[in-house]
Amino acid sequence: MADLRTSFAGITSPNPFWLASAPPTDKAYNVVRAFKAGWGGVVWKTLGEDPPIVNVSGPRYGAIHGSDRRVIGFNNIELITDRPLEVNLQEITQVKRDWPDRAVVVSLMVPCQEPNWTAIIKRVEQTGADGVELNFGCPHGMSERGMGAAVGQVPEYIEMVTRWCKAATRMPVIVKLTPNVASILPPAEAAKRGGADAVSLINTVNALMGVDIDQMAPWPHIDGYGTHGGMCGSVVKPIALNMVSAIARHPATQGLPISGIGGIEKWRDAAEFMALGAVNVQVCTAAMVYGFKIVEEMIAGLSEWMDQKGYARPEDFVGRAVPRKTEWQHLNLDYVVKAHIDQDLCIKCGRCHIGCEDTSHQAISSLKDGQRHFEVIEEECVGCNLCAVVCPIENCITMVPLREGEVDRRTGLRVGGHRTWLEHPNNPMATNPRPAKHAAE
Amino acid sequence: MSNELAAGLAGHRISAELCRENFKDLVAPLHPNEARVAAERCLFCYDAPCVAACPTEIDIPLFIRQIANGLPVAAAKTILDANIMGAMCARVCPTENLCEGACVRESSEARAVEIGRLQRHATDALLASGRQLYRAGSPTGKRIAVVGAGPAGLSCAHALARAGHQVTIYEARPKGGGLNEYGIAAYKVTGDIAQAELAYILAVGGITIEYGKALGRDISLAGLRADYDAVFLGLGLGGTNGLGLGDVPAGVSDAVAFIAALRQAPDKTVLPIGRNVIVIGGGMTAIDAATQVKLLGAECVTIAYRRSKSEMPASLYEQEVAQVRGVLIREHLVPVAFEQAGGVVSGVTFARTRREEGRLIPTGERMTLAADQVLIAIGQTLLASDLADGGLSFESGRIAVDAACRTSLPGVWAGGDCVAGGSDLTVAAVADGKAAAASIIAALQGAAVPHHAGA
Repeated sequence: MADLRTSFAGITSPNPFWLASAPPTDKAYNVVRAFKAGWGGVVWKTLGEDPPIVNVSGPRYGAIHGSDRRVIGFNNIELITDRPLEVNLQEITQVKRDWPDRAVVVSLMVPCQEPNWTAIIKRVEQTGADGVELNFGCPHGMSERGMGAAVGQVPEYIEMVTRWCKAATRMPVIVKLTPNVASILPPAEAAKRGGADAVSLINTVNALMGVDIDQMAPWPHIDGYGTHGGMCGSVVKPIALNMVSAIARHPATQGLPISGIGGIEKWRDAAEFMALGAVNVQVCTAAMVYGFKIVEEMIAGLSEWMDQKGYARPEDFVGRAVPRKTEWQHLNLDYVVKAHIDQDLCIKCGRCHIGCEDTSHQAISSLKDGQRHFEVIEEECVGCNLCAVVCPIENCITMVPLREGEVDRRTGLRVGGHRTWLEHPNNPMATNPRPAKHAAE
Repeated sequence: MSNELAAGLAGHRISAELCRENFKDLVAPLHPNEARVAAERCLFCYDAPCVAACPTEIDIPLFIRQIANGLPVAAAKTILDANIMGAMCARVCPTENLCEGACVRESSEARAVEIGRLQRHATDALLASGRQLYRAGSPTGKRIAVVGAGPAGLSCAHALARAGHQVTIYEARPKGGGLNEYGIAAYKVTGDIAQAELAYILAVGGITIEYGKALGRDISLAGLRADYDAVFLGLGLGGTNGLGLGDVPAGVSDAVAFIAALRQAPDKTVLPIGRNVIVIGGGMTAIDAATQVKLLGAECVTIAYRRSKSEMPASLYEQEVAQVRGVLIREHLVPVAFEQAGGVVSGVTFARTRREEGRLIPTGERMTLAADQVLIAIGQTLLASDLADGGLSFESGRIAVDAACRTSLPGVWAGGDCVAGGSDLTVAAVADGKAAAASIIAALQGAAVPHHAGA
């Protein structure tokens, strides 16, 4: 049985599944329910200065639905906690006392002045919380007041505030990053320069979820008007994976502990984030859609998978996929795959054919001996994966690599070698161009 | 109920309340949420097999996508563009043998997309909206006679009217709809849907129906050919096969007539029903008669079929509809004699059969099943007397037609159950009517219609 205990920036928890700073962690009632359900830790919903902010009383949330009204994207315009600071601090103190083995980290957001940050961090320290997370990510509402993403989009501010916080406390300081930037690396570097013990990402993505085309207003709307919010949920997972892995492999930020956030719904999502360098993960949307019980599947699934793979502890696989992430220019242009359709699994929906025929390479036929039958035309197949992606049956279409020396029937050339763009003769900038390993016959 | 277990034929075996319960929708309409979930299961196949399996070639993936995207009325237009009787077909098509049987989800997970129910969802939405999607075309001055206001005739008439032709339908019965009105089990066509659909079709304009006008009695084919620019025959099958077992005792009747009477009865409970009923046959008529007589309170209902169950024209699904309602299906039984007492049927004697080298042969064994009511459902026939004009060619007892539904007579088209090679399905009749209309329109568009004296 795998040991799921994790230590993130010195903060220990019985498993790597934390709840992100968000509505599920706004008060003791919810957090206690989460701990009872098995969550390893929480990042308490962002505290600010009194008087508390005021939330809209119209709809705060919107969503994109997939089939069966599954929530695949979620959006909010909720601000930080709207409860008095003292109430939150008392509850945090009590919860940490009652649940000493769980991680309790407190998210913070105050105006960009050193005394403000120092003052609040001192008060949090007295609660016994395990650490603080600096909310430089919220892209809506608070950012209009110079906080949240307004800080996270300016690396100098990130560095400055992080430094203030580090100077003010012995607690680990986690910096939460916004994805609403051209590159995630400058903010991550800034956090590290400021002395951050870790980063967490991503916060939500700037988004407008839809338009009410009857009322001609953004959807959802408040008294006829709408505003952009922050989107999360499984649709943002790929954005988050890209950013997490970028930080994990970037020389200037390598080794900085990462808490992965963004569309994590199941054990496999967590395993993917961790393989790309996240030490633990934070979840919000899935809990808001399904309730806290999902953590049972996450814990059981991750543990089962680790047992299957022989990983005793999360450290055994965290970051294992990082070295395999590279730039396009380093991809092997001599590697060739061909789509293969398993005729026993094929249900003959024909989506592979029509996608390829209408929009790609005309590499899948639809008839054989006058019968409906879908087969790859290897002479045309470029191995693009479109057919496999659109096939409704898992593993029916697979991309099969050609072996060394096999002839690619599309090019007529034998497969072999390993040339990237940097060595390819078609690249005018290639410093060391090389011909194909096997000459044309 | 006092008559619940009365011997012999008796009405009021069940209460009005139980009757309502028994004859409610066989398949419930989809709730909008169910419809969305069901629609989202469609894979939007390329060159979809379901479309190929539909005689009217409804663009099924398109209409399902329209439902999924919140436009059921637009979906209905997609359906009706191909099949003007989409509402009835949604209810009576043996979808398990047609579109749903071909659905790729059937092969992937043994559960097809619910095409029939989705089609009903869309067409119900259209009927509820009160919107008329079609209107008659600019008048061409051409007049066309259609014989029979059943699915074939109505489908043909609607397409002709849209093309601007003036259509007169001659219908022998007092109501239109054909078997939709007179020949389908009541629980498949709740809410007077056959008449609602008929009204929708007629609302296109340019179509008049002359009720109570039967071919061979009130009108003649020769007369129609002389008076109209074209004639479409969609008269269905007016006759039924008998068993040929000599004198028929009281209590033995024709299942087709029984179903028609049941459909037309304002109060179904008054129909005289036996306590112990045998239905002879293996098609849809047998299933519909047996199931409905059971639902009206017969204690024991047996379908006796001369071949094996797997050879029954009624699909497995239809057999199950009867079986779960308590109908017993017995196979390999050929009726050889009615048993009677005082001129009233008391049973049927059967010869057992078996298959031997592909042929059905009697085993020599006989058995008698008691019965106080026997319904015969062994097929319908074309009443040739209706067409006594001469000149029409027949094939296997039905009107011979080509692929465009042209008969051997110039200017005369035919379709539906009355033509040879048909599948006796509503949807096939609609397809015939549509094909015939296209052929008629093309023929009348020509500068001259070569073989038509009236043109």
